[in-house]
Amino acid sequence: MKRTSWRDYEKEIADDHYYYARSCIRQNFFPGSETTFLRIMRDVLGKDIYDDPRHTSCTGIGYHTDIVPLDTTMAVVARQFALMTEAGYENMAISCITSFGLYTEILETWHEFPETEARARENLFKATGREFKKPANLAHTSDLVFHNREAIAAQAVRKLENAVTGEPLNVVEHIGCHYAKIFPKSGIGGSEFPYVLAGMVDEWGGRVVDYPERRHCCGFGFRNYLVQANRGFSIANSRKKLESMAPYRPDFMVANCPGCAMFLDKWQYAIAEMENVTYGADGRGIPVLTYEEMAGLVLGYDPWEMGMQMHQVDVEPLLARMGVAYDPSGKFLGRAGKYIGAPETAVVNSFTGDRIYRIKA
Amino acid sequence: MQAALSLAADGLKPVIVERSGAVGGKLRDWHRLFPTMTPAQEVLEEMAGRLEHAGVEVMLHTEVEGIGSKGVTLAEGKTLDAAAVIVASGFDIFDARLKEEYGYHVYDNVYTTVDIERMLNKGHVALHDGSAPRRIAFVHCVGSRDEKVNQRHCSKVCCITGVKQAMEMRELFPEAEIYNFYMDIRMFGPGYEELYQQAQQESGINFIRGRVSEASPTIDGRIQIKAEDTLVGRPMKMTVDMLVLIVGMKAAGGNERLAASCKGVTLAPSGFVAPKDMFAGSVETGAPGVFTAGAATAPKTIGESIAEGAMAAEKVVEYLKKAK
Amino acid sequence: MNAVNFGYMISVARGIDLDRNDLTSARELGDEMPEFRACIACGGCTATCTAGNLTSFNFRMVQTLVRRGEYAGAYREMNKCMLCGKCRLVCPRGINTRGVVMLIKRKLGDY
Repeated sequence: MKRTSWRDYEKEIADDHYYYARSCIRQNFFPGSETTFLRIMRDVLGKDIYDDPRHTSCTGIGYHTDIVPLDTTMAVVARQFALMTEAGYENMAISCITSFGLYTEILETWHEFPETEARARENLFKATGREFKKPANLAHTSDLVFHNREAIAAQAVRKLENAVTGEPLNVVEHIGCHYAKIFPKSGIGGSEFPYVLAGMVDEWGGRVVDYPERRHCCGFGFRNYLVQANRGFSIANSRKKLESMAPYRPDFMVANCPGCAMFLDKWQYAIAEMENVTYGADGRGIPVLTYEEMAGLVLGYDPWEMGMQMHQVDVEPLLARMGVAYDPSGKFLGRAGKYIGAPETAVVNSFTGDRIYRIKA
Repeated sequence: MQAALSLAADGLKPVIVERSGAVGGKLRDWHRLFPTMTPAQEVLEEMAGRLEHAGVEVMLHTEVEGIGSKGVTLAEGKTLDAAAVIVASGFDIFDARLKEEYGYHVYDNVYTTVDIERMLNKGHVALHDGSAPRRIAFVHCVGSRDEKVNQRHCSKVCCITGVKQAMEMRELFPEAEIYNFYMDIRMFGPGYEELYQQAQQESGINFIRGRVSEASPTIDGRIQIKAEDTLVGRPMKMTVDMLVLIVGMKAAGGNERLAASCKGVTLAPSGFVAPKDMFAGSVETGAPGVFTAGAATAPKTIGESIAEGAMAAEKVVEYLKKAK
Repeated sequence: MNAVNFGYMISVARGIDLDRNDLTSARELGDEMPEFRACIACGGCTATCTAGNLTSFNFRMVQTLVRRGEYAGAYREMNKCMLCGKCRLVCPRGINTRGVVMLIKRKLGDY
C-alpha cells in the first residue's frame, strides 16, 4: 500500500525522562509486555522511565461504561499528573490506549473549557491536597517504540521473517480506536492510515497486510463485553475482522491496545468453541502480539520471559516459523521455576481431538 | 472570455491576463457538458474563435500578484494599467487526497471525476490494469458539504456531473453495474432532473442515498466500500472495480491574495469572493472598479459563468460612464 | 463434541451485502418495468397507503429493498397491499406502483 500521507501526522515525542502510566488490562492479561517495555526502554535504549507504584487506574473502563462520572475521572487523572509532577517528570508515557485517549480528551477539554480544569484542580486539592502541572508531552508507549524503531533495529538479532524461506512475515496491525479516532492529530499517521505499528513492521522486515476491515473496531466496546447478553455483537466485530484478514494468511497480528490484543486473541477461542471455526494457516488460530512482544522477539528475548504463555492462541507455531529458540518445558514455569498452571486444552492451544473445525485461511 | 467579448463589443479595450498557456480554464479538461452532452471543445472553440475575431489582447503565462489602486500588479513587479478589473479566476478542484478514507492516490482504482473527464478525452476509460470495470461506484459530495475538510458549501454542479458521467460509463460499459452514492440529489438546472430520471430509468444507474464512509482494498485489487442505505435504514457494503470521487469546487487559492491586495474586496466564510450583494450587485465587489464573473464568487456552471461575464461587462461600462 | 454455550450468540450482520445478494431478479424486474427504477423515495405512496396506515406495510421501503436484492418477505409484504391505486395517483415520477406490486408478487413469490 502506498502509505504516503503518514508524515502529515507526525507528533512531537519526547526523547527521554518519562513517567510511566500502566494499563489495568495489560497488568492482568499480559503483564510481561509492560516489563518488556521497561526493559527495552532502559536496557536497549538507555532511557530514564519512572514506574510509579502509587498511580491507579485512570477509570477509563468505568468512565466508558457510564459507571464513573466525568468529574471523578478528571480528578483521578489530575492525581496521576500530580504524582508525575511530584516525581519530577513532565513527559507521560501511557501504556493503555483507552487511558491515552482519555488523557488526550481531558487535556483537550481543559484547553477548550478552562473552568473544567479549575474544577478538577479544586476537587483534587480538596480530596488529596495535591497540585499538578500538565504534562509537557503525552505519548502512548507504542509511540515511543515507534520513535525508537531504528535504534531497536540496530540491536536486532532477527527480522520479522520466515527463518527458512527468508520471506517477510505477513503482519496484521490493529490500532486501538481511542489512539487516533478521537483526535487524528494525536496519532502517528492519523486515523485512516495509522503508521505507528506499520512503521515498526516495515522497519523490522515484516510485510504489513492491508485488508478490507483493517480500520474496523475489534468490538471491545466496554459495556458491550461487560454485559454478557451484549457480547454477541462484541465478538461479531472481531469475527468480521478475522474473516476479512484470513485470506491474506497473516502470520500474526500486532495491536497497540490492551483490549484489542485481548479480544482478538481470546475471541478466537470463543469462536472455535461456539461455531467450530478456526483461523490461521494451520487452523490453530492467528497469534496476537503486543508491539513490545514483537520488539522483544526481534531483540532476541525469551518468549516466556515476555509472558507469551499468557496468550490464548499458542505462539509456538509462530516462534518456530521465526526460528526463535525456546524451552517448551519452561512455558508454564514462573519465577524460580514455580509451576503457574496451564490452560484447558483447546484447538487454539495446539490441542488435537476428535472435534472437527472448519479452518478459514 | 465572455466579459472580454462584451467589453470589446462596447468599443472598450479589454486585456485578458491568463496564468496558464491558454484561455478557457478548466473547460479545456472537460469532455462533454451536462445536460446536453455538448462536446466541451465545441464551446471552447467558439469562444476562442470569437475572441480572436474581436482581436482581444491575451497575456498568457502571466500571474497576477494583486489589484492595487494603479491597476493590476503582475509578477515580476510589472503593473498593468486598468480602469476596471473583472476577476474571472474561477475555482480550485478539491484535493481528494484530503478525504483520506477514500484512498485516492493510495489504491489503484480510485479516480476523481476530473480524472474521468481526462480519460474520456483520451478516449480510453479503463482500470489501472487496462481492463474494463464490471462494477463502478460514484461518491457524491467529496469535498462539498463536509465540515471535516472545511468545505461546508454545496458545489452545486457535482450532482449533475455524477449523473452525466454515470451515463457515460453506461455507454462505455453496457454490462457494468453502476451505483451513485449521494446525500441529496440537487438537480437545479434546466434539463437536469430529466437527465437524472433518464439515468435511473433508461441507463439503470442505481442511486443509493448514503454517504460512503470508507474505501479499503480487497485481496484481488478491488475496493470495498461501506455506506448506509438510508432509505431502508441498514448498513451496506459492496466491492467495486472502480471508485469515482465526485470532487467539489473549492474557493481559488488566489482569492486570499486578491482580498489582501485589494482594499474593499472581502471573502465569504467559504473562501469565495463575497459579492457586493447577492442580488442586484452580484458581479460587483466591495472595491469600486473591481468586478467578478464566474466561479470566483461561488460554484457555477459554464452557462452561468458566461452569463455573468456579459453582466460584469455591462457593469464595467456603467462604472466607466459614471467615473467620467 | 458440541459447540459450547457461553450464554450469548455471535450476532449476525444486518447489513446489505451487495457482493452476496443475487441481483438477477432485481435487474429483471427493472427490465420488465423500467419506471420501477425511477423512484426518488419521496414516500408519497406510503403516506397515502390504505394498508400502510394500519399495518407495517411500507411500499417505498419494500420495493427499495427488492432493488437491492433483499427479496425475503417482499411477497408477503406486497400481499398487504389493498390495490386501491391511490399511490399511483400520488407518485411524482409517474410510476405504476400498483403494477410494481403485482410484478413483485408475480416474480418473487418464492421468497
